[in-house]
Amino acid sequence: MELLLIFMLLFMILAGIVALWTDELLSAVIAVGAVGVGTSVAFLLLGAPDLAITQIVVEVVALVLLIKVTIGVGVRTMSGMPSPKRLRLAAAVTVLLLLVMVRSFTGLPEFGSPVMERVDDAPSIVYLEEGLERTGSANQVMSVLLDFRAYDTLGEATVIFTAVFGALVLLRKKGKKDREDDDGGEDEE
Amino acid sequence: MVYVLCAMLLCVGIFGLISQKNVIKIIISISIMENAVNLFLVVIGYRRDGIAPIITERIHESVQFAEKAVDPLPQAMVLTSIVIGLGVMALMVTMALRIYHVYGTYDITEILKSRKKAE
Amino acid sequence: MNNRSLIVSRVSRWVAPLIFVFGIYVALYGHLSPGGGFPGGVILSSAFILTLLARGRKATLERLPFGVAKKLDAVGALLFLCIALFGLVVTGVFFANFIHQYLPGEPLRLFSGGTIMPANIAIGLKVAASLFLVMFALSALRISTDEQDEPIRTLEDK
Repeated sequence: MELLLIFMLLFMILAGIVALWTDELLSAVIAVGAVGVGTSVAFLLLGAPDLAITQIVVEVVALVLLIKVTIGVGVRTMSGMPSPKRLRLAAAVTVLLLLVMVRSFTGLPEFGSPVMERVDDAPSIVYLEEGLERTGSANQVMSVLLDFRAYDTLGEATVIFTAVFGALVLLRKKGKKDREDDDGGEDEE
Repeated sequence: MVYVLCAMLLCVGIFGLISQKNVIKIIISISIMENAVNLFLVVIGYRRDGIAPIITERIHESVQFAEKAVDPLPQAMVLTSIVIGLGVMALMVTMALRIYHVYGTYDITEILKSRKKAE
Repeated sequence: MNNRSLIVSRVSRWVAPLIFVFGIYVALYGHLSPGGGFPGGVILSSAFILTLLARGRKATLERLPFGVAKKLDAVGALLFLCIALFGLVVTGVFFANFIHQYLPGEPLRLFSGGTIMPANIAIGLKVAASLFLVMFALSALRISTDEQDEPIRTLEDK
């Protein structure tokens, strides 16, 4: 079980490196799709079928979006590799961050023993024990998402609304440049 | 071990975010980082040999559900995070398309050059 | 765009309704089985995205006009807010599960979760309409790379 998870994680790291390494943008997009599918399988192994379904569907739509932005406009390869100076800087920052993260993991509980077992009156235990009575929902993830912590979901709906609104504004008929040429101002349409 | 691997996946994303100069590659790096963080949060809530936090009739009658199920709280938060990630990715993709329309390239250094020229 | 394959367009005509029904199932049974409003909404929108990719914009607009999708987006968000406000009005607590408190259904059946099922439907509508709007706007966008001042074609040109 844990071995399978480690195998999936190694596969995802490999796919991520391929996605960054390759010159072909289509290969990069497909490799990032492999990372997403690996995440989905890992969620399934970790006992989160809700997340596995969501992740795999989201990954498909994200792939369609990314393919639209690469092949859809006729860009197949990227020009030139990053400069060695930049690569060295990136490597230094990454190694430093990795060391900090590994150092901070010593304070976490072992894999397989969640935080909710160590704390008395952890909210997760309360959700698991009383979720069915208090919300009537058999799926405890949904009872947390839409009943105990519905505020977060409301905020999430707001974020989606804002993101889509921003995307639609960016895709309007006239860009900012054209508008400035027309009337030279920043007035609203 | 699992934690360290999650951190390494996050570091792959960070490395790409700093080193790459193509807009599409940067979007891809952010997507990889997102996956790593989501996975790490779910890993923290995992219980050894745990079952999914969904009550079925068989489980309802037989076993102690609260002592077997994995933590539902990080799962619920990550569920919103995944969908927010998709919305943000749609926004980033439209921004990249706009950049391509204005400058005719996805390369950041060339965009900076042409902006300097314009000034 | 006349280079679409006949096989793809015919098969998508059969597959899209099945995906649509599966999306409705995932959203409706979110409180009993894995799923819920978020994946249900994404699956619903992917049915329309399949139609969009395989059969073009005109066939998609016959099934879901752009204005209707905009309205569905707003209706989903407002419905979710209304559920929260009803909880405030009925019991005095924002987002209170008032249906479950007064009419508790039989557990592990479809009508059991109180406000969870309507909230799932609202979120499913919202996510589906949002993603469809973005994909449609992206597909309507044509970019000309050689001519800078030629305006890009967007929705209003149709």
